[in-house]
Formats: sequence, structure tokens, C-alpha cells
Amino acid sequence: MVSAQTLAAVARFKEKIRRDGLLTIEGIRKEFPGVIALDDVRLHLKAGTVHALMGENGAGKSTLMKIIAGIYQPDAGVIKLYGEPVTLKSPLDALEQGIAMIHQELALLNWMTVAENIWIRREPKNRLGFIDHARMAAMTRDLFDRLNLTIDPLAQVSELTVAQKQMVEIARAVSYNSRILIMDEPTSALTDREAEHLFKIIRDLKAQDIGIVYITHKMHELFEIADEFTVFRDGRYVATHAARDVTREDIIQMMVGREIINLFPKVDCPIGDVILEVRNLTLPGVFHDISFTLRKGEILGLAGLVGSKRSNVAEAIFGVEPAASGEIIIGGKSVKITSPAVAMEQGIAFLTEDRKETGCFLILNCLENIQSALITRDHVKWGVVDQKAVTALASDMAEQLRVKTPDLGETVENLSGGNQQKLLIARWLLTKPRILILDEPTRGIDVGAKSEIHRIITGLAAEGVAVLMISSELPEVLGMSDRIMVMHEGHVAGFLDRAEADQVKIMGLAAR
Amino acid sequence: MADAARSPQGTRKTQRRLPPELSILLVLIGISATFEILGWVLQGQSFFANPQRLSIMILQVSVVGIIAIGVTQVIISGGIDLSSGSIVGATAMISMSLAQVSTYARAVYPSLTDLPVIIPVCAGLLTGLLCGVVNGALIAYTKIPPFIATLGMMVAARGFAKWYTKGQPVSFPTDSYASLGVGLTPVIIFICVAVVMHVVLRYTRYGKFTYAIGANPQAARVSGINVERQIVKIYAVAGVLSALAGIVVAARGLTAQAGMGQMYELDAIAMSVIGGVSLSGGRGSIVGTTIGMIIFGVIISGFTFLRIDAYYQEMIKGAIIVAAVVADVHRQRKRLKKA
Repeated sequence: MVSAQTLAAVARFKEKIRRDGLLTIEGIRKEFPGVIALDDVRLHLKAGTVHALMGENGAGKSTLMKIIAGIYQPDAGVIKLYGEPVTLKSPLDALEQGIAMIHQELALLNWMTVAENIWIRREPKNRLGFIDHARMAAMTRDLFDRLNLTIDPLAQVSELTVAQKQMVEIARAVSYNSRILIMDEPTSALTDREAEHLFKIIRDLKAQDIGIVYITHKMHELFEIADEFTVFRDGRYVATHAARDVTREDIIQMMVGREIINLFPKVDCPIGDVILEVRNLTLPGVFHDISFTLRKGEILGLAGLVGSKRSNVAEAIFGVEPAASGEIIIGGKSVKITSPAVAMEQGIAFLTEDRKETGCFLILNCLENIQSALITRDHVKWGVVDQKAVTALASDMAEQLRVKTPDLGETVENLSGGNQQKLLIARWLLTKPRILILDEPTRGIDVGAKSEIHRIITGLAAEGVAVLMISSELPEVLGMSDRIMVMHEGHVAGFLDRAEADQVKIMGLAAR
Repeated sequence: MADAARSPQGTRKTQRRLPPELSILLVLIGISATFEILGWVLQGQSFFANPQRLSIMILQVSVVGIIAIGVTQVIISGGIDLSSGSIVGATAMISMSLAQVSTYARAVYPSLTDLPVIIPVCAGLLTGLLCGVVNGALIAYTKIPPFIATLGMMVAARGFAKWYTKGQPVSFPTDSYASLGVGLTPVIIFICVAVVMHVVLRYTRYGKFTYAIGANPQAARVSGINVERQIVKIYAVAGVLSALAGIVVAARGLTAQAGMGQMYELDAIAMSVIGGVSLSGGRGSIVGTTIGMIIFGVIISGFTFLRIDAYYQEMIKGAIIVAAVVADVHRQRKRLKKA
């Protein structure tokens, strides 16, 4: 039996967290080389509530979450846990103080059982010091009963569905007596019914005075599950409200704000014939029925939130991961694009989203990086590269795009992000594309390089290149595009003309 | 924009940098100097001023050096090849069995004796090519790790070599076949192979693609490179070079045995790694591997010269290989910190 003293202590603690809240964050600042990710951010999480964090891509939600989970250390500011200032030195430290994070990419050991995963490093031992599997399974069953879960403690994790794995993670967090759970887009991989189950569990947790920090892009979830929400924009705190006091439009307004950053605006140029037509492009489970046209000299902006599968559409058109059905028509002819090489033959170029992962050869020099696409098709005789000609072309292009490097022999990892991006653009321009797909062309680069890249893109459109530009930055989309296509969870949500488009309209389509 | 293109900087050339091979060359010089000094101190004679010792030294490593040239391009592409030594054994058996003299009563193929040298050589090279293509196809199309694919080939090719004559050695080659291993011929073959591969890696599309795939396979694919086909080619070339080493080693010994070439794959990998080829891919050169090979040779004959026990030699060889990899990992970590 639990002693009366313990019960009194528990009651006092509950009283305290009801009064002071679970978590209070004030004046948090976090800088990364070249960017201020968070500046003077605050958040207050009350016991027994779900607090949603809202904001566009890159607003700073993930950074804040990582600070709360002990993954990052803030450069300034105070974190108060149950009213007392604390430092969270590591994820383990945070966990031991009662903060658990439910990871987006689930962090379970696939080849162990559910019970082993939950009690890892805390396994009950028998008298001989070996793990007591029977007791561990019983402990797991008790835990699952409390949460109304029906998962077999002895099942191997690899056999569970994504939803079940998430439940196991939540159960593990509860088993640490966590008072604060952080969930980052927990429903992104769940079906509607599974999400419903998750919400039920969340409500049960709330009833036990647990607080939940909930990151989502989905507006309807906010109204369904959240009690309060806080909006961030560009790493800054915007506002906190109770979910029942506001409308969807209010939130969008808070997320996009009013200010338009002064960007290099698109120069008007004549728009020619349709060069690319995409009809009903579908990759089951990823994107569905994508149809649009793209004309010579046109810049088509492609907007959408994380999870809208914009990049997957671009990858399908370029043959990186081809679509399962649908038609791609280039210059009036239907083409089957099965690999990047085929796409390049059709005059398509693709600047990928992730410069470091799929773009640059970081350990090779600038010249090798610029020429890699060109030499798959031209300037090679009997397998020997006409290096003199290619070098001349590459250095001309680097010069035109104002790549800042001592010389083309410089290793690319020593260049700034903006210059790496220009090198990759140079790579594609050497292939003389008719259709240029740009996926986040200015992500993570400084303002100067950004406006130079905008100048380059506009110049290409003026020369008749058709541009499809994916971007998460609404001012960029608005400033550069002739037309804007908005995607939402793998579907086209709508098109907006340059004249009618504004941030509120785009977000209205992107966040349903 | 057109003006910028014609400006003086518009045609700027890549400026000279210190080649990464320089530090390996300094290691070679350091080791050589140590042996020279120890030679005078302990033995009262020079280590290097002895043409016979030098030629033995270079002969000892040049056969494995031929393999190392092939392995170097495999490692540059981000892979590994453990099957080289077994391919040496298999090709030695096949080529020698087609190179026997008619005067030998117990030839493997009594009706196929005194053949022109081109036949056993081609048969051997084709065997190596086949093994390499199988390696490459497994890695490129089934996406199994190179370590596993070539481990399988290592076991299978060795098994084939033993099965081929039920374990019996094959001997008595024709004079023309035997001449492939006479004197400094293996060294000349090594030099030819090294020069050709150096040119291939630096100036051809094959070379550029190999480095690109090793540096970032995803970026290579998005650049329009047919990554799978290139990987098959790379392992095929490695297989052919292992076969060439097998032909030479059999000719030199005037006999082929199923166990020939054992551990050659590890020595070849070691030469590449000592020569600065990065196990994480994208970095390395034939010049580096050649220096790595010479370092290897100097150490072995240096120890023999100092009359250090053969067992110590192997232990120290192991330590040197590990040290080379530690140096590589250290370089990578420094790079990551900077980035």
C-alpha cells in the first residue's frame, strides 16, 4: 500500500503543477551558423492540456521542440519545469525530468519485442541478475491496460503498424512517468481511424494531468484536440490563444503575418507555348491525379506545407522515382520518363531540394561538380572527356552566375551554401534545359545570394526556359511566380494567378 | 553576361594545389630513411644500394600491385572487393591448364597442349571478367552490400579452383606462357596497368563517374549517370586485373595451385588504403596506391634485411593497415568538424 505521506506529496505536486503549469519557457534564443532559428520565444504549457505549435515551414517549431527535449541547448532564455528553472543537458536528462519526445521517425528497435523496447536499460532482473521476461511482460500489460492499448507485449516491433509503434512510444514515455509529451506531426503516417484512436489516448493522458506539446500543420486537428495554441513566424513568437476562441482564418493570418520581404521581383516577359503538360500523374500513397501545364518563359510556383508531396511530383517528372500512372507530355509528345537520363534527353533539369544529400559531390572540386551532368551526354569522345572545352564552359558559367570561389579546383565543401547552390544551377544550365525544376532553390542561403539566384531564375525565364519552382517561402513564391499551384497532402488544392494570389489565399489552400 | 564570359577571369584555370599524395610520399621517404640508417647502424651496410634487393622488393609487390590498381577504383566508387585473391587462384588454374606442353604426359586437357599463349591468357582474363561482372551485377541490381557480394565470390571462386583439378596442382607450361613471369616482366605489366588506369581515372568519363558515385551516389544518379551500369563496369575491371595477376603468378611459379593468391585481396586493399584511398569513397589515386605499394614492399624487405622474424612482420603489417585506416577516419572527422 502507498503510505499517506506519499499520497499527500502527490497531492501537493498536483496542486503545484495546476498552479504553476508544467513548463514555462521565456526568452529562448537559438542561433545556428548564419541563421537565428529562434529569438525571444516563449511558451506556457498547463497541466492536462494539449498545446499546439503552429507556423509555416521553418518558423522554428522543430528547433523549439528539440530544445524542450534536451537535444539542443538554447543560447539564451529560461526553461522552468513545474515552476523551477532547469537545464536539460541531453534527451536522457529531459526524459528523467519528465519530458518525453515521440519521434516523427520512430525510434524503436525493430528486432526486439515491445516489452524489451519499453523497459530497455531498466529491465526487471531476477535473483541471478538475468532479465525477468515474465515480470517484464506483466509490467507491460499493466501499462497497456492503463492506456487501453491492445498490443501483445511479446510481439516483435517490426511486425507492428506505424500506428502501433507510435502507441508503444507513447506507452514508453508514460512508463517514465513523463509529465510532458512532445508530439511532432503524430498523425502524418496514420489513417483516419488510427488518428481517432490516438486522440482518444491523448484525451486519457490529459485526464491524468499530463501536458502535451503538439506540432501540426493540420488545421482540423488543432480544433479537434488542442486546448491552446501558440503561433511562431520566422523564429519569433507571434501569439497564444485558446483554440475555441479563434477561427481557421485567424490562425492563417497569424502564421503568414503582413510583411512582405523585399525580394527581387520577377520581370515580366512574354509567355510562350505549353512545353510541359502533366496529366493525372499518380503514385499510389504519395500523390494523386496531379495535372498542370507549364509554358515557355513561365515561372510556375509550387506551394504547399510539409507532407504535401511537392518534391515527389518533381522527382516523378525527372524520373528519380517515376509515377505509376498518368501522362507527361513534352512539346506535344507523350514521353515515358524512367530515369534522370531520359528526363535530361527531354531537356529537363532538376535542382534537388537537399543540396548536401542529393546535389553536391561535397568532397570533389567545383569543376567536377559543375560538369557531372554535362559529360553524361556531351563533350566525350571514345570515353575521354574533352576537358579543355568543358573547363572553359564551366568557368564561363561559374563567372556568369558569380560563383565566389578562389578557383574551380576548390573543394565544394569549403564553399558557402549560396555558392554551392549556384554551382548546382551552373551544372544544370550547362545542359541547356528547356524545362527547369527548382526545389527550394534558396533554402538556407543568405539574403544576398538569394536575390542573385532570383535574378538568375528570372533571366532564364526571359530566355524562354519554363520554370517549375517549389518553395516553402511564400514571399518567394508570390514574388517570383506567374502562376501558383498549391498542393495539399498529395493532391492539387488549387491554382492562383499572380494578380489574385496572396499569402492568406495560399495558406487557405495549403492548410485545410 | 556575355561580357563577363570574355573577361580575363572567364578562362581561369584550376590553380595548383599540394597533391594529397605528397604526405604519403613523405611517409615513404621517412620509412626508407629509417631502414637506411638502421642498415648502417645494425648491419654496417646500405639498405638501398643493393640492386638485387631492390628488384626482389619490387617483384614481391608488383603482382599484388596489379590487383591493387583494380581494387583502388572499386574503393574510390565506395565499394570493396574481397574476391581478388580467389579470382587469382581460379584464373591461375584455368590459364595454366590451357598452357601445358605436349611432352607432359598428365596434362589436364591432353588434346589441348602447346596452344599459342594468347589462348590461356584470354581464357584467364575472361574468367576474371565473368567473376567481376557477377560481383558488380549483384551489387548494382540486388543492392546487397559489396562486402557480402564479393565475400560470396571469394568463397565460390576458391571452391571452383579446388574443384577444377580436384586439388591437384597444374604444371609444365609452354615457354611462351612461362615468359610472362620471367625476370621483371610482372613489374613491366604493373607499370603498364598503372599508367593506363591513371589516365582512365583522370581523363575519361569512366573515371569521372567512378569518383562521382563514390562521393555521392544519389547526386550521381540525379546528374543522369547510370550508376548501376557503371558499378558493373568497375567490378568487371577489378576482376580482369585480378585475373591478370593470376596469369602472371602462375607463369612465374611455373605451376598453378588452387590456394594461390590467398590473402592477396587484403594486401591489395591495404596498399590502396596506405596510399590514401578513402574507404568512404570518392578519394584516392593510382599514384597514391603505387606509393602505398612501394611502402608495403620497403617494409617487408626492410624487415627481412634487418633479420626480423617473419611472424613479427605480419603483426607489424597488421598494425600498419589499421594505422592507415585510423588516419583516414581522422581526416574524415576533421572534415566533418569543419563542415
